[in-house]
Amino acid sequence: MNAPLLEMKNITKEFPGVKALDNVSFQVAQGEIHCLVGENGAGKSTLMKVLSGVYPHGSYSGDVLFGGEVQRFNGISDSEKVGIAIIYQELAQFPELTVYENIFLGHEIKTGFLMDWNETIKRATEILKKVKLDVNPALKIKDLGVGKRQLVEIAKALSKDVKLLILDEPTAALNEVDSENLLNLLRDLKHHGVTCILISHKLKEVIQIADTVTVLRDGQTICTLSAQQGQVSEQILIKNMVGREIDNIYPRRERGQTGEVVLEVRNWNAYDPNAGRAVLKDVNFNLRKGEIIGFSGLIGSGRTELALSIFGNPDGYHLNGELYVKGEQKRFGHPRDAIDAGVAYATEDRKGDGLILIQDVKQNITLANLREIAEQGVVDNNAEVKVANEYKTSLNIKTPTVEQKVSNLSGGNQQKVCLGKWLFVKPEVLILDEPTRGIDVGAKYEIYTIMTRLVEQGMSIIMISSELPEVLGMSDRVYVVASGKIAGELPIAEATQEKIMHLATN
Amino acid sequence: MSFFNNAKTVLQQNIREYGMYIALFVIMAIFTITTGGTFISSRNIVNLVNQTGYIAVLAVGMTLVIIIRHIDLSVGFLGGFLGAVAAIAMVQWHFPVYAAIPLTLALGILAGLITAFLVAQMKIPAFVATLAGWLIYRGAILVVTESTGTIVIPDETFNAIGNGFIPDIPGLEAFLPGVHKLTLIIGIIAIILFVISEINSRKKKEAYNFEVLPNDMFIIKLIFMASLVGGITWLLAGYQGLSWTAVVVLVVVIIYHFITTQTVLGRHIYAVGGNPEAAELSGINVKKITYIVFGSMGMLSALSGILFASRLQSATTTAGSLWELDAIAAAFIGGVSPAGGIGKVAGSIIGALVMLSLTSGMNLMGIGISYQYIARGAVLAAAVIFDVTTRNRGK
Ligand SMILES: Nc1ncnc2c1ncn2[C@@H]1O[C@H](COP(=O)(O)OP(=O)(O)OP(=O)(O)O)[C@@H](O)[C@H]1O
Ligand SMILES: [Mg+2]
Repeated sequence: MNAPLLEMKNITKEFPGVKALDNVSFQVAQGEIHCLVGENGAGKSTLMKVLSGVYPHGSYSGDVLFGGEVQRFNGISDSEKVGIAIIYQELAQFPELTVYENIFLGHEIKTGFLMDWNETIKRATEILKKVKLDVNPALKIKDLGVGKRQLVEIAKALSKDVKLLILDEPTAALNEVDSENLLNLLRDLKHHGVTCILISHKLKEVIQIADTVTVLRDGQTICTLSAQQGQVSEQILIKNMVGREIDNIYPRRERGQTGEVVLEVRNWNAYDPNAGRAVLKDVNFNLRKGEIIGFSGLIGSGRTELALSIFGNPDGYHLNGELYVKGEQKRFGHPRDAIDAGVAYATEDRKGDGLILIQDVKQNITLANLREIAEQGVVDNNAEVKVANEYKTSLNIKTPTVEQKVSNLSGGNQQKVCLGKWLFVKPEVLILDEPTRGIDVGAKYEIYTIMTRLVEQGMSIIMISSELPEVLGMSDRVYVVASGKIAGELPIAEATQEKIMHLATN
Repeated sequence: MSFFNNAKTVLQQNIREYGMYIALFVIMAIFTITTGGTFISSRNIVNLVNQTGYIAVLAVGMTLVIIIRHIDLSVGFLGGFLGAVAAIAMVQWHFPVYAAIPLTLALGILAGLITAFLVAQMKIPAFVATLAGWLIYRGAILVVTESTGTIVIPDETFNAIGNGFIPDIPGLEAFLPGVHKLTLIIGIIAIILFVISEINSRKKKEAYNFEVLPNDMFIIKLIFMASLVGGITWLLAGYQGLSWTAVVVLVVVIIYHFITTQTVLGRHIYAVGGNPEAAELSGINVKKITYIVFGSMGMLSALSGILFASRLQSATTTAGSLWELDAIAAAFIGGVSPAGGIGKVAGSIIGALVMLSLTSGMNLMGIGISYQYIARGAVLAAAVIFDVTTRNRGK
């Protein structure tokens, strides 16, 4: 084997109170797809930020060798110059700009001082073809779905003549079809000589695509496995990631043994006046006490809209139909009313409308239920820390203290903070929108265990999820949503991936 | 050795917070030297507070407005206008002062709610909505003072707010002559309350096993704060005691500090500023918070107008000009983030003090108004640069 394209030697990176990387070594060979896996907070994103110059030379110890030379990047632009492109866990796009503007943002095509828009559009069209994205480059980013946005981001990287492409959890927000497309594209790029580092918590796709896998745990390299030598399997990965074996990721639970109806929606219609279209059409469903129902469907099928329309309707849809909570007809005018009636909704978009990133862990956890730790409107700060620490322990949130700012947590741990916030509300009906997005296997197992415990205690859960195995593994019943309608209801005994996909796409 | 290490870590961790106090201290020290001690004289400090209480009050309200990601440009002329309304109520409508003041405050709240309606309900950017308010209230001052010109206020009670001092305890004249005993007692009580509450909260934290300041640092903090309050008390008591303006400002600051740091309402305000969408989904009524914050801003504008009119013992046609900019500058110097969600009432008050000390010090030194503007601009820029750089450095 010839010299590796990338070699990171003895990298150590510390944040106040956290050693995010502890003497990590990491090698990537020319032309391979190298997957980086590890628990939430293991240091994957941090390692990639060291590599791409987000954390400049001098803020970490150790050496980065790229193409055989020691590199001292002082910012992203330095690493871009040598051909490294990174696509972040959270996309950094400009929704109001067009596809072609986004692709060439930062390295615009100019004649003299002026933008050469014609050339820009022409080049954008070519690159879009390369990533097999068939859209008009003059569309605005905000009009594209997440899957397509992801492809635009890759197009952007390709427009810069990239040698090493880094993708940090690109498929976390994608459905199966879009993920598959993306993986195919990566294979394609590999044949064109682009080396790729892929971070993912979806082990199935890691196994499908990886040539080599490196496992990180607690800021240290645990092992590097080669697919050719047959070292990559789900069990081996999980064992190295979490340090123990998990044989059954979905906890055992008596399914279908549920009580009276706690929430019911009848002939529910919603019209979005801002978008000028109907988002929900004649939706009927019910939820029983102690039950988990899964809402499956494609991204954009209206599942989130359905949840929001029930949960106080913050987007101001025009609603029509009946909502019953514990037999009483209700119509919530504000999320507060819904929370007070025992209904909670944990969003799919933790950074957008889930967390207050500039505040700390404890403030985020108590936000929706400050009353409980306040007396006559005055917050008991000590009680707050105590509550937050309880959730830190029970959800295993990785943070030095609950006074850490949430923006400093790893993606998966942020997700757990979101969950903690809604558990502290102690709802009777909990709507979880993509609850395990970006969460590692170990933590997934923990979350499933928590969900199981909650329903056994009498809570009812609506789980919106694009991950079919999880829907099948956890639900008592499955509703499939397509184009704002309930396309079908399946008892768990009859539900299969094929049936669900069939209902979702037809 | 460990003492210095402790001091170093405590300073490093809180540099942003302490930076402002240090800056204020340095500015005051410089002026004390360059004016040969005049700056720190009781008389000057009392004047400084009395002349500028109206800006401090605005800065407090502005802090909340900026925290929830808005701005209010109309506060200056609204204050000026409402000051004139108070004058007219007393002079032309013959309202007693005890009716005129609540009326003015109520009108202030109403004006604030109108702004909030435009911002929260009609979704008009606060910058635009309050710019309209700026123009309207400016015109309104001219309208109400058009026929009379400056309105002289004869009411002594009203004028005492801006010029008077709290009475001393009668019958103690022989004891410590020339010292204002009631002020002294208030100062001592304040120190005692402060120390007790600090010790209590420390004990509570220890009971929960939470991290607390190291012992030596805690004691230094107590001594520092106690001597600061003590020093100011002594200065004030050596002149004529606490002025009514100082009392008003103190009460406003204490109430707002309490609300923002200790209450559910305060948490909700910061949450709305930090991420309005997340706040809404967490059951916080963002519109309601907007109404409360702008309503409070309107009320404080009215209070500011009252302080100013009382100080001048009259309502003038020019009252209100540039107040809003001083208030906004004070808030930014005090560490409020224009991106929302970050800022402290106490910080803004320090910011106001920095601005006002600059003006007062330079006046005493006989520096021309043109250079004063330049110096204040430079300090504003420096403060914000300091704030941004220390904020980005981790933590
Ligand atoms: N700016 C920061 N300040 C303080 N701590 C940080 C900062 N960034 C990351 N950390 C900490 O460093 C550790 C590694 O974080 P990192 O984001 O690399 O994890 P990750 O492996 O990408 O996890 P995930 O799968 O959840 O995205 C975490 O414990 C995190 O809390
Ligand atoms: Mg990450």
